[in-house]
Amino acid sequence: MFERTKLILVACIAAFAALSPLIGGMNPYYFNILISVGISLILAVGLNLVNGYTGQFSLGHAGFMAVGAYLAAAMSLGILFPYLDPPQWAPTAEELAADPQATVAKWTYPFKALWLLFGWLINALFWCHNHIIPLGAALPGWGKFLFALFYGGAIAALAGLTVGVPSLRLKGDYLAIVTLGFNEIIRVVLQSADPVGASRGLPGIPLATNFFWTFTFAALAIYVVWNIVHSTYGRGFLAVRDDEIAAEAMGINTTKYKVLAFVIAAFFAGIAGGLYAHFFQYINPEGFNFMKSVDIVVMVILGGMGSMWGVCAAAVLLTILPEVLRKVAKIEALPEWAREIAENRMIIYSLILIILMLARPQGLFAGWVKKKTRPA
Amino acid sequence: MSPQTIEFIQQLINGLSQGAIYALIALGYTMVFGVLRFINFAHGDLYMIGGFAGWMLFAAPENEAKTGMWASLSRSFAAIPPGMPKVLLALALAMMFCAALGMLIEWLCYRPLRQRPRITVLITAIGVSLFLESFGQYIWGAAPKSFPTLIEDPAITIPETWGSISTLTVLTSQVIIFCTTLGLLALLTFIVLKTKIGMAMRALAFNQTACALMGVNVNLIIAFTFGLGSALAGAAGILTSIQQPSIDPLMGILPGLKAFVAAVLGGIGNLAGAVLGAFLLGVVETMVIGYVSPTYKDAVAFGVLIFILLLRPAGLLGKNVREKV
Repeated sequence: MFERTKLILVACIAAFAALSPLIGGMNPYYFNILISVGISLILAVGLNLVNGYTGQFSLGHAGFMAVGAYLAAAMSLGILFPYLDPPQWAPTAEELAADPQATVAKWTYPFKALWLLFGWLINALFWCHNHIIPLGAALPGWGKFLFALFYGGAIAALAGLTVGVPSLRLKGDYLAIVTLGFNEIIRVVLQSADPVGASRGLPGIPLATNFFWTFTFAALAIYVVWNIVHSTYGRGFLAVRDDEIAAEAMGINTTKYKVLAFVIAAFFAGIAGGLYAHFFQYINPEGFNFMKSVDIVVMVILGGMGSMWGVCAAAVLLTILPEVLRKVAKIEALPEWAREIAENRMIIYSLILIILMLARPQGLFAGWVKKKTRPA
Repeated sequence: MSPQTIEFIQQLINGLSQGAIYALIALGYTMVFGVLRFINFAHGDLYMIGGFAGWMLFAAPENEAKTGMWASLSRSFAAIPPGMPKVLLALALAMMFCAALGMLIEWLCYRPLRQRPRITVLITAIGVSLFLESFGQYIWGAAPKSFPTLIEDPAITIPETWGSISTLTVLTSQVIIFCTTLGLLALLTFIVLKTKIGMAMRALAFNQTACALMGVNVNLIIAFTFGLGSALAGAAGILTSIQQPSIDPLMGILPGLKAFVAAVLGGIGNLAGAVLGAFLLGVVETMVIGYVSPTYKDAVAFGVLIFILLLRPAGLLGKNVREKV
């Protein structure tokens, strides 16, 4: 099983390499959709590990994508982060010169102590970033792009770890809201982060994403998730999903599995973000909001949580669907209301969600593909 | 009093009026959680619907060109001079509309799923929320609408003779919001504690099966709970619109999430906790806006949520229940 999947992976990558020059010359509009499909595949497959196989409901996948996109872009553009100033404990010389009685209010001290703690942590992270940037810049050609992608992925994985460890004590609805909250926090921080353009967004990212890299990473994501879930080790993920208490009683470290799922998913989301940034060449915090997370969650649910091929099919379908709807909205023969609904894809998405849950909660495509070793 | 103290009191007043809005929404979350053990994600959008119900009924200029019963009804409502009666009328109508919609949603989307896994219901609730938002954009357009004046909103003048507190700015709307919320809370307390249907609600929260065996009409009580919660959300929608007369179909998302945080902060399922959490959250949020930076306004609530879930997951007034197999 293991050897065969590895063979398929290598064959796929070779095929992508062979196809890449052919596809590079196609109509830019279709090329655009194709790359978006690849990015969606990576995102959906990663989220499927968390939402589908491990049974944790994460609603903040776009946040990790944002981290990956911004860090990869910062690497490619060589953006350094300025260190935070330490808090002011006493009046400065100028303030004293202006007013000899000047003081710093005592009540601010506890807050400043807190700030000091987190401030040094943030500065340490910035120091690491500022020292890794030159390493990446020194690499030639594709190496620089790949380094940026992996850097974005690694920091997104780190973000996944920081989000995962505290929030995975929670279940179901709480986890959904906390992950959504992290997504919003990441967005708000990016919106006020001046070195990366704040709410103006970050333009001028070099074009580096192509067909080959996008689909190689998509294949890699599918390969990694598939093999993890189908390994002996990976049964732990399914056990956590099926019955957490029973799994714990059998000696499975449920927290470890949940955090691991989060970290792997965040890593791939970071990679997808890097690919996105280096394809569209412009990123904006608003592009990674709650709605983007919902888009990815809808892909996973529509495909069937925990069904690899169903989720892949849904990712392809839902990336193409808005384009199809845009075409439908232009058909003159349709009545006005139908065209307006076609323009507002969220109405259709939400109706799909509701009707699916009422009629077919296991997902549209789940159960179509028969497997010998079907996980649960 | 020193200017710093006055500034602090000013922030406190603003925070309490914001907290009152959150309290009304948070009660709906906590009541539904009490009886059904799930989070009604679509609740924040009922708050938006409340605002739009008021807009549809009272914004006659938008209906000027149209004819028919609806337009003439709206024109006669709009002709009422601004004042307290108009506010109360708008509140009553929006509450009725939202209660009906809330019960309809429960009947169509949640009732068929009652025996299903919680994750299914959660996804449905997200779907309903998205549907209300996008359908609102479809029929009303995404651009913000200006809400009609229900009551003039001048700052209340505090006599100079009262000393330094006369520099405080207290808006009429803030007083109305605060008093109406207290009135609705009193009404809710009465319904939950003193009436038969309230007793059934409390019993249902305690044990649904036993409740059904004792002859309580479970479906009716759940529908009633939804209606009650939705009515409060609708009232919150009208009250906000008095203060900030600009409404749009996405305005329910953030207040909805923040009210949820408030409900968790107080201990979800606990009515007094929801109110306490909402006022706390409102005050903390305005303090951050006033003393730190308005940029972080929306991140505060999530920060509070993360802290409370780490330190005391059951909430301030909640009881920790260990899951049994």
